[in-house]
Amino acid sequence: MTLDMVPKGQEVVIKSIKNKNAKIYALRFGISEGSKVKCIGKIKNGPVILRKNHQEIAIGQGFAKEIEVEIHK
Amino acid sequence: MNCDTVHQLLKIQEDKEIIALVGNPNVGKSVIFNKLTGKYVDVSNFPGTTVDVNYGYYKDYIIVDTPGVYGISSFSEDEIVTRDIVMSTDRIINVVDSVHLDRDLFLTQQLIDYQKEIIVVLNMVDEVEKNSIKIDVEKLKQYLGVEIITTSASRGIGMDKLKEAIDKNLFKKGNSTPNLDKLLESEGKKTCCEDLAEAENIFDTSISDLQEKIYALRRKYIDEIYSKVEKYDSKHLAFQNKLSQILINPLTGVPFLAAMLYIMYYFLGVLVAQKLVDFTMNKVMGEYYFGFVEKVIKGAVSSVFLQKLLVGSYGILSMFPIIFFGLLLPLVVAFHFFMSILEDSGYLPRIATLVDRSLNKIGLNGRSIIPIILGFGCVTMATMTTRILNSKRERLITIFLLGLTIPCSAQLGIISGLISKLGFWYLVAYVLIIGFIFGTVGKVLSKILKGESTSLFIDLPALRIPQLSNILKKTYYKSKGFLVEAFPIFIVATLLLGFLDATSLLKIIEDFTQPVVTGFLKLPKQMTEVFILSIIRRDYGAAGLVTIPTTKNQMFVTLVTTTLFVPCVTSFALITKENGLKYSLFVWISSAAIALLVGGILAHIIIV
Repeated sequence: MTLDMVPKGQEVVIKSIKNKNAKIYALRFGISEGSKVKCIGKIKNGPVILRKNHQEIAIGQGFAKEIEVEIHK
Repeated sequence: MNCDTVHQLLKIQEDKEIIALVGNPNVGKSVIFNKLTGKYVDVSNFPGTTVDVNYGYYKDYIIVDTPGVYGISSFSEDEIVTRDIVMSTDRIINVVDSVHLDRDLFLTQQLIDYQKEIIVVLNMVDEVEKNSIKIDVEKLKQYLGVEIITTSASRGIGMDKLKEAIDKNLFKKGNSTPNLDKLLESEGKKTCCEDLAEAENIFDTSISDLQEKIYALRRKYIDEIYSKVEKYDSKHLAFQNKLSQILINPLTGVPFLAAMLYIMYYFLGVLVAQKLVDFTMNKVMGEYYFGFVEKVIKGAVSSVFLQKLLVGSYGILSMFPIIFFGLLLPLVVAFHFFMSILEDSGYLPRIATLVDRSLNKIGLNGRSIIPIILGFGCVTMATMTTRILNSKRERLITIFLLGLTIPCSAQLGIISGLISKLGFWYLVAYVLIIGFIFGTVGKVLSKILKGESTSLFIDLPALRIPQLSNILKKTYYKSKGFLVEAFPIFIVATLLLGFLDATSLLKIIEDFTQPVVTGFLKLPKQMTEVFILSIIRRDYGAAGLVTIPTTKNQMFVTLVTTTLFVPCVTSFALITKENGLKYSLFVWISSAAIALLVGGILAHIIIV
């Protein structure tokens, strides 16, 4: 599924980031394909807020739709 | 490349060696710069504010403070500035936020890969302890292969060690990312600065497959190091995380934002614009100062023409100091005090997240809210910070909306003061009208302008309780900057108006504009002066309002019209510089047209 569908509180693993811009931003912020992140907030039809370690990032819906994730068990 | 280039870039004459301070946004570079050089620069807690490059002296070195970046590339103007400085200097002090080690080390490793001689400063170590994080500095030193100094710069801890490291010249080239050389070789490139720069596309905004591979390799390596050097207990972050979530969740975040705006309105519009200004403008300046000056001038100068120029209604010794020191000074100081608290707390990027969805509708993303909020301080300065936006299209829309709908600090103070006297429903109507124009014009612009808007991708820095000393410093420097810039423009404007008044030209202009001002807008004809002043400085125009007698509804029409009226002379000049004369004329003419049209329609509805 894509990141915009992840429910709040869910931990996910990033599978692929299709948008090249989003991918480069993410890598520099500390998130890459294979990273385990937690969705700590979500605004309906708006940004998804992720946390990895101590880093919080807000990702707009446009980018979130282009990020494939897998539920972390 | 050699150091000469940085000297040229920054127009530095001396042949002293240069050390660049490089790091992510909000890691404390500016504080370290300040402690090293003894010179103050803006310190703020949201991405993208240090647009200007500051430099100062430490012993035989020139220290250059660069804009905060997450990596060396060309995604924004800030990055281009930092990239150019990094690429043309060899010695770098890399400042790292100890709490965000995994994020920050990406840039560190990138600098190492470029074979720069660096010293790494692990800043904010006190927060590491507070958050129960443990970092094995020795191990990290071994992995990176460079000297590491731990500091808490805002408290002055570790600065001696840093100075010692600079004095002893402990700058070192570190260990490159493993397998980076193999990757480069497989693409037929050498492991040198130039080839790496080309492989990583750092002079270009396009993204190549090779760049992605290098980034991924570096990321993987940093993640590995991170997992070996840092341990933390996640329970300790619970409170801060909860607060952060409250601010972002629309259900709780919107009421919080509304409360914050109300406090700002009460503070600026009621406490300062009415109570304090009543004392400073009417009592101190209007009564004591003016009484004294008028007596002296009327006794010493016999020419009526000169008397009018000096102490008349638009006198250089009467109107100018009374408004400048009695009205604007308290408002500007109060506004910047409030704004500094907001900036340093880390709240601004959270507002950006909260409003992202709404701004998407007008072709912007949440990031644009940062220049818009700063616009309430000074539209000219905010126009400059639109550089943090990713696309030209977003910049054009934001600049237009800034020029049209956002009142600057002193104007906002005066408007808040006047509107709170009119009554609560006038305030509601004012906010609704300006908000409606903001949304409608934004929508129209996003339809007209070609291209697509980018999605939000923003770092939410840790929420912090701002330090009073930093807020006071910031308030002082920002207010000073604002007033120094405004001073000459005010003098010229006052002289111009005084001259028009003393020669009766003002009357002729008033007669000429009468059909619009009294006919269409249904306002007293002296309002022409307010409009003339507004062209020069919006806040000066608003200040002029205080002295003209009107009915409540006339005042309301004037407030709406002057808010929407043209950007001031300095904004106009800056928009021209950044986007060309054609665009700034477009902004200017359409603002005037929209302001008069909306004002006129409003007047015909509410003024009988």
